[in-house]
Amino acid sequence: MAKPVETVETPAAEGHGKQTWPLWEVFVRSSRGLSHVHAGSLHAPDAEMAVRNARDLYTRRNEGVSLWVVPASAIVASDPDAKDEFFESPKGKDYRHATYYTKSEGVKHL
Amino acid sequence: MSGESATRITPGNAFRPEDVAAQVAQGLQVGEDVAEYALRLGDDALILAQRLGWWISRAPELEEDIALGNIALDQIGHARSFLTYAGAAWGKSEDDLAYFRGEDGFRSSYLVEQPNGDFGKTIARQLVISVYQHELYSRLVASTDATLAAVAAKALKEVDYHRDHAKQWTLRLGDGTEESNRRITAGLVSVWPYVDQLFQDDELIERLDGVAVRPSELREPFDAYIAAVLAEAGLEVPQVPNAMTDKSRRRHSEHLGYLLAEMQVLAREHPGATW
Repeated sequence: MAKPVETVETPAAEGHGKQTWPLWEVFVRSSRGLSHVHAGSLHAPDAEMAVRNARDLYTRRNEGVSLWVVPASAIVASDPDAKDEFFESPKGKDYRHATYYTKSEGVKHL
Repeated sequence: MSGESATRITPGNAFRPEDVAAQVAQGLQVGEDVAEYALRLGDDALILAQRLGWWISRAPELEEDIALGNIALDQIGHARSFLTYAGAAWGKSEDDLAYFRGEDGFRSSYLVEQPNGDFGKTIARQLVISVYQHELYSRLVASTDATLAAVAAKALKEVDYHRDHAKQWTLRLGDGTEESNRRITAGLVSVWPYVDQLFQDDELIERLDGVAVRPSELREPFDAYIAAVLAEAGLEVPQVPNAMTDKSRRRHSEHLGYLLAEMQVLAREHPGATW
């Protein structure tokens, strides 16, 4: 452990020599059987400290039984400007929803 | 601090200060010696919490503000339980003891009274106190005094995290940059003269055989744990003389009076105020 602290220069602090820790995304699982849900983000010098900071920031009120932290830089996101071509297709395709279909005659237990 | 509802919000049966207060209200008898011992434990936790609270808004990063704040709140919780229990011997509440005792009524150790200094010194102090408290509470759970044992059992899990926090930072500061190494080294040197007091037995401890944990028994496991952490961090155990302290904890460092003035002023200006 004890890797050298990896820091990044933030735009706001450029030229002032102020460095900040990298950003991590936090996922909390609130109880057994549920999946981890994105809770927010935080700064930490490395992965081990990120888990600890996540514990301090996001499980203060008994919110979780398990935590994941992921370097924010490792997340690949869809492009917000490409919303139309990405998410337009399913619109109007009601037949992809179960409620679109009517019950067939003779099916008793639906 | 006192006066909260006894209704539980969190699930489970964690032993809370309110549970101690309920036992006291039902007529639990607390002997003078046990109360004096509980004062020592409670005052260390209370004074440390007051010191750590200063860091909120001042730590190197927002995340660390909250980490130190959480540790301070855990310690406040332990202090509330111990002081509520101690107060039962004299008909005093936790607030009476926290806010309306003078300096000579406190039983805190020199170590927790030491000023925060920089982050390196605070981490050095945290390392010492959390390793000490961990050894202490892990034995106090076997006390013949059921209340002390129950408070220790709850506190132990929290102190386990405090110790981990201090260890993680000691490793990073020691093995980080030249500057971080310089600061943690200076921090260790400045708190080390006050380590010895934590491990001194006195007549009170002798009288409380089976109830209290004998401080001298904790020194060996403390030294072993500290030596391992410092070696991993590339740091050395400071070789400095012990400060003049007081094993009965009736005398204090010059810093306590100022700390109490700040901690107590509001309660004394507005006695009984609630918000």
